[in-house]
Amino acid sequence: MNKQTALHVGNLEKHFRAGRRLIKALDKVNLDAQCGCITGLIGPDGAGKTTLMRLVAGLLRPDAGQIQVLGVDAVLDPLAIQSKIGYMPQRFGLYEDLTVAENLALYADLQGLPPAERPARYAELLHLTALERFTKRLAGHLSGGMKQKLGLACTLVRPPKLLLLDEPTVGVDPLSRQELWQIIKGLVAEEGMSVLLSTTYLNEAERCAQVVLLYQGQVLGQGTPQEFSQRFQGRVWYAEQPGVLRRRLQDGLIRREEVLDAVLEGEGVRALLADKASPPNLKGILWSPMEPRFEDAFVAILAQQRRPTHTSIERAPVTFKKETVIVASNVSRRFGDFWAVRHISFAVKKGEIFGLLGANGAGKSTTFRMLCGLLPPSEGQLAVNGVDLRKAPAKARARIGYMAQRFSLYGHLGVMDNLRFFARTYGLKGMRYKQRLDWALDEFDLRTAADAIADDQPLGYKQRLAMACALMHEPAILFLDEPTSGVDPLERRAFWSRINALAEEGVTIMVTTHFMQEAEYCDRLAIMAQGRILAIDTPAAIRARAATPDNPRPKMEDAFITLIQKMERAA
Amino acid sequence: MNSRGGSQMRLRGLLYKEFKQILRDPSSLAIAFVMPVVLLLIFGYGVSLDAKHVPVGMVADSPGVASASLFSAFEHSRYFSPRRLPNMREAQAELMTRRIDAIVHLQSNFSAQMESDNTAPIQLIVNGVDANQARLIKGYVGATINNWLEQRAERRGIPISTPVMLEARVWFNPEVRSREYLVPGLIAVIMTLIGALLTALVMAREWERGTLEALMVTPVTLREILLGKLIPYFILGMCSMLFSLVMGIFLFAVPLRGNLFLLLFVSALFLLASLGMGLLISILARNQFVASLIAILVTFLPAFMLSGFLFDISSMPGWLQALTHIVAARYFVNVLHTLFLAGDVWAVILPNTLALALMALLFLGMARLRIHKRLE
Repeated sequence: MNKQTALHVGNLEKHFRAGRRLIKALDKVNLDAQCGCITGLIGPDGAGKTTLMRLVAGLLRPDAGQIQVLGVDAVLDPLAIQSKIGYMPQRFGLYEDLTVAENLALYADLQGLPPAERPARYAELLHLTALERFTKRLAGHLSGGMKQKLGLACTLVRPPKLLLLDEPTVGVDPLSRQELWQIIKGLVAEEGMSVLLSTTYLNEAERCAQVVLLYQGQVLGQGTPQEFSQRFQGRVWYAEQPGVLRRRLQDGLIRREEVLDAVLEGEGVRALLADKASPPNLKGILWSPMEPRFEDAFVAILAQQRRPTHTSIERAPVTFKKETVIVASNVSRRFGDFWAVRHISFAVKKGEIFGLLGANGAGKSTTFRMLCGLLPPSEGQLAVNGVDLRKAPAKARARIGYMAQRFSLYGHLGVMDNLRFFARTYGLKGMRYKQRLDWALDEFDLRTAADAIADDQPLGYKQRLAMACALMHEPAILFLDEPTSGVDPLERRAFWSRINALAEEGVTIMVTTHFMQEAEYCDRLAIMAQGRILAIDTPAAIRARAATPDNPRPKMEDAFITLIQKMERAA
Repeated sequence: MNSRGGSQMRLRGLLYKEFKQILRDPSSLAIAFVMPVVLLLIFGYGVSLDAKHVPVGMVADSPGVASASLFSAFEHSRYFSPRRLPNMREAQAELMTRRIDAIVHLQSNFSAQMESDNTAPIQLIVNGVDANQARLIKGYVGATINNWLEQRAERRGIPISTPVMLEARVWFNPEVRSREYLVPGLIAVIMTLIGALLTALVMAREWERGTLEALMVTPVTLREILLGKLIPYFILGMCSMLFSLVMGIFLFAVPLRGNLFLLLFVSALFLLASLGMGLLISILARNQFVASLIAILVTFLPAFMLSGFLFDISSMPGWLQALTHIVAARYFVNVLHTLFLAGDVWAVILPNTLALALMALLFLGMARLRIHKRLE
């Protein structure tokens, strides 16, 4: 143990019991976090990030292994550690019926900040988090990003030596996310704080000094983000083929041996090649080298364990009559005096992938529920497949498939039971019933655990099962509410390749997401914030709008931030 | 920083927070002050275990002087509102449809027999669906007829045939009003509601919202967390108790024959036992739904059914009587009845108070042992 180490974890093991099963949440985890820098704990949902955080905070007792926080044993003396660290849980415990100032005062009392030091510290924290104007507002009435910042301020009332942040940026709008990162970086630079931060966003790895890649309870790698990505120098290429749809280009590339991974980016495709491979010499494709990223390393490591599944687009693109299937005009939804959705209008054409991009609380799920006829709008007109949802919601629903957030499966039932149940509820009988069940098992790779209990399966499997259930009756329109939240990048890719295949068959797809990168996969998207639509267009057009002389090729994130800033200036 | 000053500062912060939350959350104030009003009104005015104005059908097969005189005796009783019916067929139909609860049937020779030998059979048919009510009606009808016989004998100057007379006196509640019995007992139910149900809910809410997880990783101690919940809800419970007391005495004219301070002291002990149970429940069940179900099942319902508030414990089967000994409300209801209606009867108050003190100690102690600063 050297002086430079803020946190040392050795051979840490933690099991949980769920019924008769034993879940290995953490399996022989070793990691070190240096003093005075940000260590990122990166991994999909179910990797064990929260368990690790809670163990370090002394909230859980490990089954084996050691944890040393600032030289103190966390297992033997949790109280000593709790006075030195700051811990911000995933859903930070703000008292929603207390005001911003009252929440701060409570944590000042709890952390024993001397009254004389308080006014200065409050002013500093409120300035840092830009909450000065809102001290009298109830915490429950703050936006998601502001709540997150207040949570951080409460943790920082007495500056801790080690700051534990459990997914502080997940589901937060990109502007607040950027501000949170600036605050955290400032703390490290100015106060020399050590930070352990967990996230599911792989692109946040580059902002950390050290990265620990956690996957299914195991550490897959540890080092600086550059150490992860440098190994892939020369293996990442950008492919463009003028006149060919980028989705087709991606499909063509991913099926080649030498291509490990291909994702849409900008106007072309970003391809990760196998070791020592060179870009395949294909007619018409222009290749240019790109900088490798952290995500490439993760994908490459995962790809060694299992070959990514890919649903390819078999048929040539059918030319549909591009009729409009979803129309929303001037739709609003109020809950009491809260406007969840405010005067939104859009139209979606057949076979289109239409995305709603926004932070938690932006109004995406409310819009979805209205479109599926689960929630009547307070104002405005909604038509799905030409049926007015106010007049005949049941008729409109028959042609709709809906996959709710967190997959509404019957967790205690078996995989087959779930499939059979949904097939029956959609009225499938006889041969068609059998055919669709077989189709679901094959198409979604469900045979591996067809006889098992749904809840016992990993997140990616559950996501596939939920999607199979939603597609059982071959709906014309598919609604997917945050379908990829927290799944690993391979599952994410397999998911989008299925979506692409469906869209090619003429299924209209509406999807919500808070992943900026996923916005690229949509044909068109609407960016939402505070119940409003800030922009509707193709991803390329939305990005292009944010172009400035300083930033000629802005990313989706930059475009989103520009839109929010514009909205805030207008307000 | 774990000095005495730090601890005081933390506790003060927690208390301030809890009071703010109580004041801003209409549901906890409603449970503390609206619920008692509703319950007191229902039990004070609505629910009555007395039989009053019972609808009775009167049938005389051949009306005569004696039958008319007996019927008028029923008409003058405040327990009955009799209706004369022409024949038994009609009377039975009325009983079937529950428009009357009993039939008093005098056969055709009633008046003649009464004239000749001063004795005649009377048929009484009672609706026995509500067994308690049926027993009451039977008793009242018998008493009314005996009264009538007595007065008749007096008028005629003949001795009454009954050799022994029962001279009954009802102590403590001379008018035998069930309200005087129900209202004091209700205080136990109301305090269970606040002590156990409300406390279990607010603590479970903190688990659900993740506020307790954030709290646990501050230097706060478990003693401070428990005190931070105990003190505010103790004060709230006592306020609600005083409020119910004032309503009971001034609105329902229930007497308070015992010592007020003794009543407050025993109430405080009971409230502590209730709070202990509420805290224990919320430590074991960390979501509001489960916590409220458990609280209703193990505290509220027993306080209602097994405390002697509504149902007499000594007429329960033996095993159920034994079970009532682990219901804290049982001891409290006993003390409440005694203090309100009888006075400071130490032989009743002392053992019950001791039992309450033991239970308060037990539940609070268990809550302290079971709560720990880990999430497992």
